[in-house]
Amino acid sequence: MMRHLIEPKDLTNDEMLRLIEIGQRIYKDPQAYHGVARGKILASLFFEPSTRTKFSFDSAMLRLGGEIIGFADANTSSAKKGESLADTIRVMSFYSDLIVMRHPKEGAPLLASKYSEVPVINAGDGGHNHPTQTLTDLITISQYKKTLENHCIAFVGDLKYGRTVHSLIKTMATFHSKKFILVSPDELRLPEFLLKYLEENHPEIEIQEAHYLEDVIHEADIIYMTRIQKERFFNEADYIKLKDSFLLDKEKMQRARKDAIVMHPLPRVNEIAYEIDDDPRSVYFEQSKLGVYIRMALICKMLEVGDYAAR
Amino acid sequence: MRLVNSIKNGIVIDHITKGRGLRVYHELKLDTIENTTVLLMNVGSDHLNKKDIIKIEGDFDLNHEILGLIDTNITVNLIENEKVVKKIFVEVPEKVSNLIKCQNPRCISHTDDYAKPVFTLVGKNGELQYQCSYCEEVTKVKFK
Repeated sequence: MMRHLIEPKDLTNDEMLRLIEIGQRIYKDPQAYHGVARGKILASLFFEPSTRTKFSFDSAMLRLGGEIIGFADANTSSAKKGESLADTIRVMSFYSDLIVMRHPKEGAPLLASKYSEVPVINAGDGGHNHPTQTLTDLITISQYKKTLENHCIAFVGDLKYGRTVHSLIKTMATFHSKKFILVSPDELRLPEFLLKYLEENHPEIEIQEAHYLEDVIHEADIIYMTRIQKERFFNEADYIKLKDSFLLDKEKMQRARKDAIVMHPLPRVNEIAYEIDDDPRSVYFEQSKLGVYIRMALICKMLEVGDYAAR
Repeated sequence: MRLVNSIKNGIVIDHITKGRGLRVYHELKLDTIENTTVLLMNVGSDHLNKKDIIKIEGDFDLNHEILGLIDTNITVNLIENEKVVKKIFVEVPEKVSNLIKCQNPRCISHTDDYAKPVFTLVGKNGELQYQCSYCEEVTKVKFK
């Protein structure tokens, strides 16, 4: 049966661990994988702009020796002429072996998967799912903490609208996390439905909500920062008052554990001070780099090539 | 005094909570069918003080999902040769399609005709809550 990746739970934990293992293998020796996707075509359909995700998929496919077709902006596709997504996908799936798509509408990749003749990978749908960011986060945690289990993770910033946070929380909960510390202003708290989900499905995980990062940073094995957007606040005064308490700087890092790591899905704006870029605990750029290798592993899986080739 | 004959073959939608009969009538689009139909309102009842009743003579494809969303007091009686041959107690539907619109404005179902979501019941504390199969947002249903 054809597999798609629409949300993180489309993969079992064992499949995620295998992807991480292969991603790390590629990371150590990318040259060994050059050419495994030769003759394959990736359709890269970005109905809304993206820098990191689009180019990391492009880079991953090119490093595997495959080709790329597609568009980076819906204005240059026939969606602009009013074509339905289903029709675009039907046709593009004739031209390619794998579709990677980002779309501003939530649920669009699921719809696409129903009409595609080739596997579809969701590269972000509105504020909903972003499973390959989750895989990127997992390979980073595995790389620096050696295991995905038993961590105390502080999620900081916009926990209400941040899709990367939602996906990662749900996934890490299945890897026996010890504690989640949720640091956000009241306006950007983790949604109730997710708190309820954790309470009902993972009562063993301790949940703590906090307003100030400095109060809790010493506990965290992983500090997962996210961008707070000014437009999420009701007024500018609130934003100015709160933004500094969600800024990670040298002073706050002094309170962090020696073996903690700082992650961020990027782009950052002003939530991580440049002064901590050189701190060995700051791994957000490496996280971006690892994103290419986990996507190479994922492409291999979806195309059934390389380590995933039928024997 | 009621001057309504009992029906020979058809459907009786009984025990509709007083005042909701007209809503049921409209939601089932009974004003668009050819069957003989009657809506009785404020009828005396043993179970409730007052109730509404709808009688539909002849064949009619009744949508039970709609009834479950409006009123779970309803019982549906199937009539053959003036006798009740089957009594169905309406329940809140576990899955609903077509009847609900997703409340999330960012959901693909609002912009693409191919996206026809199925909604799954996730809560019924005071109000019915249905989760969209596309965007997973929960929509609160206020049919009543």
